[in-house]
Amino acid sequence: MSTTEANLIFERSRAGRSAVAQAPRDHAATRIPANLQRKSAPGLPAASELDVVRHYTRLSQKNFSIDTEFYPLGSCTMKYNPRACNSLAMLPGFLNRHPLAPASHSQGFLQTMFELQEMLKEVTGMKAVSLAPMAGAQGEYTGVAMIRAYHDARGDTERREIIVPDAAHGTNPATAIMCGYEVREIPTDETGDVDLEALQAAVGPHTAGIMLTNPSTVGVFERRIKQIAGIVHEAGGLLYYDGANLNAILGKVRPGDMGFDVIHMNLHKTFSTPHGGGGPGSGAVGVAERLLPFMPIPHVIEAEQGGYRFAEESDRPQSIGRLSAFAGNAGVLLRAYIYMRMLGREGMVRVSEFSTLNANYLARELAAAGFDLAYPKRRATHEFIVTMKKQAKERGLTAGDVAKRLLDHGYHAPTTYFPLLVPECLLVEPTETESKETLDGFVEAMACILAESENDMDTIKSAPHTLPNRRFNEVAAAKALDVVFQPAEDGDASAPRTGTHG
Amino acid sequence: MPFIPHTEEDIRAMLDSIGAESVEDLFDEIPADLRSPPLTGIPEGENEMGITRLMQERAAKDGMPSNFIGAGAYEHHIPAAVWQIATRGEFYSAYTPYQAEASQGTLQLIYEYQTMISRLTGMEVSNASLYDGASALAEAVLMAVRVNRRSKAKRVLLPGALHPDYRKVVKTLIGNQGIELVELPFDETTGQTPVDTLAPYADDDVTAMVISQPNFFGILEDVDALTGWAEERGIPVIAVVNPVSLALLKPPGEWGANGVDIVVGEGQPLGAPLSSGGPYFGFMTTLKKHIRQMPGRIVGRAEDADGKPGFVLTLQAREQHIRRSKATSNICTNQGLVVTAATIHMSLLGDEGLTRVAEACYANTHALVEKLAAKGIKPRFSGEYFHEVALDFGGDAATRVQTMADAGVLAGLELSRDYPQLDGCVLVCATETKTESDLEQYVTTWEQAA
Repeated sequence: MSTTEANLIFERSRAGRSAVAQAPRDHAATRIPANLQRKSAPGLPAASELDVVRHYTRLSQKNFSIDTEFYPLGSCTMKYNPRACNSLAMLPGFLNRHPLAPASHSQGFLQTMFELQEMLKEVTGMKAVSLAPMAGAQGEYTGVAMIRAYHDARGDTERREIIVPDAAHGTNPATAIMCGYEVREIPTDETGDVDLEALQAAVGPHTAGIMLTNPSTVGVFERRIKQIAGIVHEAGGLLYYDGANLNAILGKVRPGDMGFDVIHMNLHKTFSTPHGGGGPGSGAVGVAERLLPFMPIPHVIEAEQGGYRFAEESDRPQSIGRLSAFAGNAGVLLRAYIYMRMLGREGMVRVSEFSTLNANYLARELAAAGFDLAYPKRRATHEFIVTMKKQAKERGLTAGDVAKRLLDHGYHAPTTYFPLLVPECLLVEPTETESKETLDGFVEAMACILAESENDMDTIKSAPHTLPNRRFNEVAAAKALDVVFQPAEDGDASAPRTGTHG
Repeated sequence: MPFIPHTEEDIRAMLDSIGAESVEDLFDEIPADLRSPPLTGIPEGENEMGITRLMQERAAKDGMPSNFIGAGAYEHHIPAAVWQIATRGEFYSAYTPYQAEASQGTLQLIYEYQTMISRLTGMEVSNASLYDGASALAEAVLMAVRVNRRSKAKRVLLPGALHPDYRKVVKTLIGNQGIELVELPFDETTGQTPVDTLAPYADDDVTAMVISQPNFFGILEDVDALTGWAEERGIPVIAVVNPVSLALLKPPGEWGANGVDIVVGEGQPLGAPLSSGGPYFGFMTTLKKHIRQMPGRIVGRAEDADGKPGFVLTLQAREQHIRRSKATSNICTNQGLVVTAATIHMSLLGDEGLTRVAEACYANTHALVEKLAAKGIKPRFSGEYFHEVALDFGGDAATRVQTMADAGVLAGLELSRDYPQLDGCVLVCATETKTESDLEQYVTTWEQAA
């Protein structure tokens, strides 16, 4: 890992230098009216191709990634992203296809998307699948907007509330608000399941629906899901399934069979499309029969004259509408399709089996090494929670400290401080693509940190020590906000040419 | 087993440690009556060789027609280095940079991106990106409503000459917020949104106004006059722009007397392939005074414990994972990987390269229009245009477009779906990728399709 100072690309910039191989020939000046023209150059870097390649290659080396480190980030499913998925999704025929190309020149692509919809239907037990949402949060929006459209279409407009368990992802309540609903939070009981009494008390004629993750964010399977579905349906509400944890149950149990009316899947988790440093994702949604008319567009259907086409507004007059200018994150969808075809039906089941085996093994070994599990009496699913409550109280060893010290051991940290209801928690998700040796190495590192905390808390508190940077002062960064580079001296090639705001 | 490393011996040792007889035992908390049936609808697994053959056939099936469709997604040359670097595993397979010390590569890159896109749009600050141009506009509308607290009406003016699918996406994504969207008509002769069209709203409570430059028809709007009208009334302006055009066109930060409040647009022309519509990215820049109302991730410069500079995600208190139901948006991801590509793309092109790309796009589209004018095909509108133009094909445009497609030329997008009054018109774009002979082929194919 490079330890050189972080020079910005702008600081490598030299007036008069450029990567001219990348630019077309000079053309005659345009006839754009003078009052609409740009007066001064924007101030993009002026660098050679080698400068640029070296700069960004060096930057990449400052990242932890699945390809370089074990990355047990709970709730994020950081499994190996097969390289074939990338290279085949980037075949020229796919890359160059314009989103508005006519159906006659899109059959290869449309057939692939249709088959992906069919496979996702099969594995989730839903009636239809839309590939339009561009991320998990947009999938959530789509799902809740469909719930609202369903109630509205029936004239059932008194339903103002979405129920969300306190363990839910932050996107759940934020989504409900965006859809114009109020949020009612219900507690989780001490075993990690939804508190049924609280749920029974919360539902009523004002209930539009409930948003649930199963297995839940505390890493256990919600055993009474059928009762929950019964209570919510009885009250006239619908059930929304947050597919963040679908990896745990793939091929074992299907959201459609559990009674969910609408679900979103994170293809970038369960179906191994890359996380890309924070996107792009894809939040495909599946629906039960009663939500079919409200599905977003476009949507791939079989064409009347054979082949495939996009369903448009005229095909679905009650649709909640369009979510993106075109048809969602097609390149991500292609990667998910390739992944699913490589795994096949047997491989789907292996995903949940081996992610669950790895999580239960890791939980057991960490417990043996002296760590406390938040739900020791439950089976782990594909992830589990370690709580540092005891160590934090005894000697000030917090979940955050463990996370930072793990980086020095060459492991990315588990998710910290989520879910909010477990104090000092580390949410650990090893995924199915990691070997026993990797898990054993991680346990050794964790044990090492625990031992270190008995005699050298300073080293832990000041970790990490081996990375390009130590811990940051985030409060100061938020106060003295610097989100855009402003060079010191004026007149330099790297100076920004901002307008009146500059 | 594909992508699963366990040996039989590993499995036995792990089950022993857990105290389970079989892997199946680990699912004993799932009620038996809920168990999934066999997934017969999913084919058996393919090996890499088999799937390669299949995908090559699918990709080849769609041919490689000569594409003249733009309409929000533009064919540009992308330097080889862009995606070779962006798909390095360290960028490709990293997650959101929540652990800053282990994510300095992605964080610094986003800071550089924020700088580049702020400079290009002439604004003060940027976020780390949103999903795409259309959804970025929806987020901008929501943001403008938060920014303009004086306005009670929640009324937003949208030009009819804005991309029709952007208007639809805005409607979908803000439909449940009680915001009124008012469509501004365009001039049927020039294709512009004239400032006169705003007259009926002169004394109304207007919460925000959207200006698209160029507009959907490729036409250049009189942005100073439109922005000036809004400035006089204290109405925040949202600009929707094409980033490549900004190499030549006045940046929104300089429109009117003081510039606009929020700028959004589709980032695809900056290094993302057409790829059937995504993944692209939406950019959003604004003024410092509005930054706390901006949705999405933001990277800021920080100092570590040793006083060494670096980068972190900042102002996270706006976001859903902290604020939950009180967040500025439910948005969680940015389009990290595509932004990685765009940042490398902008670095390779620089000011000079981007300007040459924009000039070549302008020149090619204007050259095609000249060639077709000689055959009697005229632009539908009289306004000045950048790299896209509505051509009046006259008569049955649908048949002619399909016949041209069958001959290997995607002639453009028919406008009648969204604009019945423009029946017979086709929106055409020739970017820098087109050569003289590509333009000739367009004309020949057009003639043969008659």
